[in-house]
Amino acid sequence: MPMSQTVTPSSSGLVVPPAGQAEDAVHIAIRNLEFFYGGNRALKSITVDMLRRQVTALIGPSGCGKSTLLRVLNRMYDLYPNQRATGEVLMDGENIIAPGLDLNQLRSRIGMVFQKPTPFPMSIGDNIAFGVKLHEKLSRSALDERIEWSLTRAALWDEVKDRLGGSAMGLSGGQQQRLCIARTIATRPEVILLDEPTSALDPISTLKIEELIDELKHEFTIAIVTHNMQQAGRCADRVALFYLGELVEVGTATQMFTAPREKRTQEYITGRFG
Amino acid sequence: MPEVTEHIVKSFEQELNRLRTLITEMGGLVESEVAMACEAVLDRDDAVAGKVVETDPQVDALEYQIQQFVIRLLALRQPMAQDLRLIVACLRITGDLERIGDYAANVAKRSLVLNQYSLPFPLTGLANMGRLVQQNLKLVIDAIGDSDADAAVEVWRSDDKIDEIYNALFRELITYMMEDPRNITPCTHLLFIAKNLERVGDHATNIAETLYYAIKGEALTGARPKGDTSAYAVVRPRE
Repeated sequence: MPMSQTVTPSSSGLVVPPAGQAEDAVHIAIRNLEFFYGGNRALKSITVDMLRRQVTALIGPSGCGKSTLLRVLNRMYDLYPNQRATGEVLMDGENIIAPGLDLNQLRSRIGMVFQKPTPFPMSIGDNIAFGVKLHEKLSRSALDERIEWSLTRAALWDEVKDRLGGSAMGLSGGQQQRLCIARTIATRPEVILLDEPTSALDPISTLKIEELIDELKHEFTIAIVTHNMQQAGRCADRVALFYLGELVEVGTATQMFTAPREKRTQEYITGRFG
Repeated sequence: MPEVTEHIVKSFEQELNRLRTLITEMGGLVESEVAMACEAVLDRDDAVAGKVVETDPQVDALEYQIQQFVIRLLALRQPMAQDLRLIVACLRITGDLERIGDYAANVAKRSLVLNQYSLPFPLTGLANMGRLVQQNLKLVIDAIGDSDADAAVEVWRSDDKIDEIYNALFRELITYMMEDPRNITPCTHLLFIAKNLERVGDHATNIAETLYYAIKGEALTGARPKGDTSAYAVVRPRE
């Protein structure tokens, strides 16, 4: 499995998130999406929208398809044989699961952060610069600016600015995860996918990441998979519940956690099954 | 999809049941307080009035116990959806029940003064009002135990009748005071007693609204009929 989807080489230039569009505009429209691991249908006719510069939380018991959906969004499944998706995933109208799409360009537009921090065994500065250099030709000073910009956005700059040449492996788990987020946003994607980004972190680091998500949603569209219901409630604007590959219910976080409509949602979020 | 309705964590289920038990226990106590307070006035019974005043500290203690229990549940269980609504509803209902207890105690205290006066008029209106208030209170407290949203709507709708009787009683008592100044002291106490019972009805309605939201996840729609028009009542002396 690759360390991060945003560091694959690309001939594309910098992708700047479209500005000036309505906050509640649909950014990613998923239509009748089905996903197969060989003969096993892991996603069943999923239709859901992800709104621009909003946080969508994907929740559900293990094996419900929520991580599979994230893997579809940046075409990670293409790396494996016998995995395929049908239907449409329209990002600003463009079907990103269509064959023939430039995957490197796609993955520079859709960054991903994993459950366990995955810093590269190199310096803190190089961790950020690595992906940027693959996509862009920047002067040293512009690259330094980008490193500072990314680390500042990831709320890590103050803690590491005096040791950018030090090894990333020397950072704490929480700092490593923020470094991975900095590395993801360094290529200035439009969408950030977070797959249980805090499940390996202590409570304070978790809160820092949550604060970061609040900040980042002003610039990026975010999808987060989490098993922590309270976290989904705190971070997300919209919440989607999956069960056995089906989308059970999607709604605002407030509606989903105070008065969900579906019985299965009620039972899952109150701890009656799962 | 398994047909499981109990919590995976059994102790949480037990705690929610314990909360329901505490609320119905407090509701039962308050119900009997209101019943005794009405009896003290209508039967002119000082001993019963004394019992109401004695009961009230127990109600206050239960309110505190429920509040502490709710705070603990919120802190330790981080409840969601219907559990969250039930727990927050219990916190609100316990406040309403405590106020009802206070009104009952006040009625009982006033009955002690009232019993020192002879009353040259019947208390039929007050008896009717007391019966309706007790009916609504019982209905809503049973509805808590049964999670009965329909009963909550019934209570919510029928508060109107209580207000109608209260308005009539208000005029009636003012008339008695105009007829004979010696009626002023007992009638003033009776006005407060009627007002207290009317407020008990309002709190029963609050409980019905809270309970409905807890069960259904949506507010009872439409403005609640507010029938207390005594603020605008004018009674002219008979010619």
